[in-house]
Amino acid sequence: MKFSLSWLKSVLDTKADARTIAEKLTSLGLEIEGVEDASAALKQFRVARVLTAEKHPQADKLQVLSVDLGDGTPLQVVCGAPNARAGLVGVLGVPGAVVPANGMTLKVAAVRGVESNGMMCSTRELGLGEEHDGIIELPADAPVGTSFADYLGSDPVFDVAITPNRPDCMGVHGIARDLAAAGLGVLKPIDVTSVAGTFPCPVEVRTDDPEGCPAFYGRVIQGVTNGPSPQWLQDRLKSAGQRPISALVDITNYVMLGYGRPAHAYDLAKLTGTVVARRARDGEACLALNGREYALEPWMTVIADDSGVHDIAGIMGGEHSGCSETTTDVLLEVAYFTPANIARTGQALALTSDARGRFERGVDPAFLDTGLDLLTGLILEICGGAPSEVIRAGQPPLARKSFAYDPALAGNLGGIDVANGEQKRILAALGFDVAEDLAKNWDVTVPTWRPDVDGAPDIVEEVIRVHGLDAVPSTPLPRADGVAKPTATAAQLQERRIRRAAAARGLNEAVTWSFLPTAEAEHFACGNGGLWTLANPISEDLKTMRPSLLPGLLSAARRNLDRGATSVRLFEIGRRYLRGEGGASDEQPSLAVVLAGEAAPRGWATGKAKPFDAFDAKAEALALLAEAGAPVENLQVMGEAGSQFHPGQSATLRLGPKTVLARFGLLHPTTAKAFDLTGPVAVVELFLGAIPARKGPGSFARPHFAPPALQAVTRDFAFLVPDALPAGDLLRAVRGADKANVVAARVFDDFRGTGVPEGQKSLAIEVTLQPADKSYDEAALKAITDKIVAAGAKLGGVLRG
Amino acid sequence: MEQLEPTLAAIAGADTIEAVEALRVAALGKQGWVSALLKSLGGMSPEERTSTGPRIHAARETVTAALGERRAALESAALEAKLAAETADLSLPATVLPRGSVHPVSQVMDELAEIFADMGFAVATGPEIEDDWHNFTALNMPETHPARAMHDTFYFPDKDAEGRAMLLRTHTSPVQIRSMLSQGAPLRVIAPGRVYRSDSDATHTPMFHQIEGLVIDKGIHLGHLKWTLETFLKAFFEREDIVLRLRPSYFPFTEPSVEVDVGYTLINGKRVVGGSGDAANGGWMEVLGSGMVNRKVIEFGGLDPNEWQGFAFGTGVDRLAMLKYGMDDLRAFFDGDVRWLAHYGFGALDVPTLSGGVGVRA
Repeated sequence: MKFSLSWLKSVLDTKADARTIAEKLTSLGLEIEGVEDASAALKQFRVARVLTAEKHPQADKLQVLSVDLGDGTPLQVVCGAPNARAGLVGVLGVPGAVVPANGMTLKVAAVRGVESNGMMCSTRELGLGEEHDGIIELPADAPVGTSFADYLGSDPVFDVAITPNRPDCMGVHGIARDLAAAGLGVLKPIDVTSVAGTFPCPVEVRTDDPEGCPAFYGRVIQGVTNGPSPQWLQDRLKSAGQRPISALVDITNYVMLGYGRPAHAYDLAKLTGTVVARRARDGEACLALNGREYALEPWMTVIADDSGVHDIAGIMGGEHSGCSETTTDVLLEVAYFTPANIARTGQALALTSDARGRFERGVDPAFLDTGLDLLTGLILEICGGAPSEVIRAGQPPLARKSFAYDPALAGNLGGIDVANGEQKRILAALGFDVAEDLAKNWDVTVPTWRPDVDGAPDIVEEVIRVHGLDAVPSTPLPRADGVAKPTATAAQLQERRIRRAAAARGLNEAVTWSFLPTAEAEHFACGNGGLWTLANPISEDLKTMRPSLLPGLLSAARRNLDRGATSVRLFEIGRRYLRGEGGASDEQPSLAVVLAGEAAPRGWATGKAKPFDAFDAKAEALALLAEAGAPVENLQVMGEAGSQFHPGQSATLRLGPKTVLARFGLLHPTTAKAFDLTGPVAVVELFLGAIPARKGPGSFARPHFAPPALQAVTRDFAFLVPDALPAGDLLRAVRGADKANVVAARVFDDFRGTGVPEGQKSLAIEVTLQPADKSYDEAALKAITDKIVAAGAKLGGVLRG
Repeated sequence: MEQLEPTLAAIAGADTIEAVEALRVAALGKQGWVSALLKSLGGMSPEERTSTGPRIHAARETVTAALGERRAALESAALEAKLAAETADLSLPATVLPRGSVHPVSQVMDELAEIFADMGFAVATGPEIEDDWHNFTALNMPETHPARAMHDTFYFPDKDAEGRAMLLRTHTSPVQIRSMLSQGAPLRVIAPGRVYRSDSDATHTPMFHQIEGLVIDKGIHLGHLKWTLETFLKAFFEREDIVLRLRPSYFPFTEPSVEVDVGYTLINGKRVVGGSGDAANGGWMEVLGSGMVNRKVIEFGGLDPNEWQGFAFGTGVDRLAMLKYGMDDLRAFFDGDVRWLAHYGFGALDVPTLSGGVGVRA
């Protein structure tokens, strides 16, 4: 909402300057987005009289002027304007001045060999209008030598952001009311007289949709002349950022911007029969003023006559029935449209307008007659003509809300005690009626222009925003005794821990989009009822919610490699979006790792660069699962990592046969190709939700432990086993062979070839044995060895000699 | 005995361990001259033994010591020579372990959790794929509210079992409702997380991070809100000169509603939070939306608004991170560029603590 200081002063009697007004507006909740003063740019332009004008010796279209600035030493100025002549009083830009239209700094320069000490300016050059046919001509008595800024007078323009709850401030008058309540002047009464009609309204006006249009007031003015509007009106509209069109259109815009009251003027000649507010009919459309045709739904309110729809009610007038230069008879429409209907219609048609902005927030239902009077008065004054009687169809919702209000609430909710007298003054200034009949609670009646006020807290807001929010004293929140208690949940602690563990392991945390191109999401879809795909995505690349964090990280890895990165180690912790029960989402916490490029760079000691492999992924998976609190010792390495993975170099980590805690491995070449990745890419995905939660809060004290007094011994066992046997199975069998003595076991060799039969492999395991209360003798060691050998034999393993 | 001096001279001149050994055998070996002298002691008279014996023993000691000394010197020289041959060029690079990083959004969320924990706030969460009741209706935004317009909100074609339209939450405020419904009152929570708006330019991305704060208790008023925000911003920026400007505003879910600006000072063309926005070189920057929780919202949260009241606030986590740590392009947050992550990310050990400070200085 934009308006000039002079416009504001026409409705508010104030001596405050622009800066004070701007600060007060912001403190009232009418946030100033800017204050522009066009005259500020004109300080270095001065009123000047042309003394002589001679033809330029070198150029036919130029003249050499002698220009007087009132200081007795005329300046020589070269000028190309056809209207430059001796005696003309115009505007001279002196060297150093910046031309508002193009930002050029003027300087003394030779123009075709003749020195020019400035520039005589046109209206357009000074940013004051479009006129550029010649230089500005001021009245002959304009004070030569004065700054043009002073001559024009300063009229700053305020740009105010109006919150959606304040339809009353979508007019200058309402803004003035707030300023007056805050002590910045006196609100002037609206200067309007009711003009009686001289003949019955020649058109019938009706509302057949009392729900969407409870009231439709109108009148006809005959014999108008619709020329350009007067300068003062054009100036005000321009200050509001509106382009003047014609007097009738400008007047309706002026009443809307000045008083928040939208109205419409129809060219009576273009209407047929009764003008009626009604619901649109099936298949009806409206060609609106913006030149676009809108297909209407049967629940939308329209203004129509016998020939059809003219106007999308309260939102935009029709292309065919508006006023033009030839209009002589005009029908004024001043209606009340139900805010919710306007909002729905506007949203459905994706059509915004100044009128919609006001109607959907709720215009003052008690202002219809005043609005009509204002329009009538201005039209008669500017366009002439004779008014008909007013015709009033329907009834606007005039009932005023009232609420019980305890003035102590200013302190109890608003945090600042405001004296009762001051509260009453503020409310009265804003148009509220306060009755003090009740012992404690006041009865506060809301003015018709404040549909947003809906209870005591709103009244508190009115009081404290006018009293001043900055005056609210800071009050400490009550604090629990002692040191602050821990608040993080188990899931939060787990997330923090694995994040920092991953970073400590050399991985860089990324945050990638929750939405993906549909094809990428489908590549990682996991059944479960299907993907979540947006109805109105911002682009095809951000359309489907991710079922895995891997696609986002793979794309990020590709971007990094494209930019020349040699080694990319990314991880992300976030949600996978799955289908839940009852149509809700199931958002599962997960962590994903992508390792692409070089695991180790070529080095003077290490030789060639080494790519990432599946064991790099396994190392991350196990380390991060351990940090996440998973019982990694009990996990089984199983298959079925998924079709996105290399079938021979990927696995799942499971707790029991069904609970998958993680999958890892090399990416399937087809998947890598789908993401434009070349070379091996190792990935990990942890399903954090599957990790069993710790039971109970746990204790700080750990189980008792004292380091064993006796030294552990190690023994190596080499088994010949079928080469399809997973080493992990043999290892688990060995570990479980004698739990009292075997404390650790580790595979240190996997050998196939010379000495090992075809179809078999040799697995070498180092076993650590811990004696308890006495050292092992030969017999004890043999017993343990026998158990280990027997455990291996169960899996088809034969101890190598 | 006359052999002593030549032997000592020979030991001093021996230049290999083998030569020392040969001299040892020649003097102290079974056939050696010292051994022969020692043997000759047996055939001496007591007087002769008393006078000659100590000299013989002394000669043995002297030769033994000289041999040991020479052998040690030669061994040491041999070791030095061996080590000299093993010299490595230590200006060559050592193996460098990759250095990981924590994303600024995560770091700032940890910082916020730490600060608010001290004020008694727990962290709450809720779904990002929400229904329109939690995202709008229960927050006092009826169906015709402009914020529901398609251009702001990402919708799914789906409806849940209760016929509610499914959408991406446009703010973290639905967590207010979920927290009230699940935990009742009194309540102090913050709810950080991803939110979504159909908006994209240099300062807006269709996905960003918000943090919501909610206090529900008895007798909570706007003064408590002001204190909480001041205290939080002072702790977050680790500055005592934080100045807030409260402006009346409008949010459907709060009444009264307050927009909060923080004063900044322009230093070398960059906005540095601190000082009054009205000071020379100063300005105000909008950082938070807030207000007293609307009575209808408290009702939708299953609580009695005559008994309970409170405040709520919300702010952008990404923006807080940018303001504190100096990034200037929001889009880079979500690109995963390892160069950016290495520069703006945080070390694994940069865990925010109250005693160590919640911020990490460059």
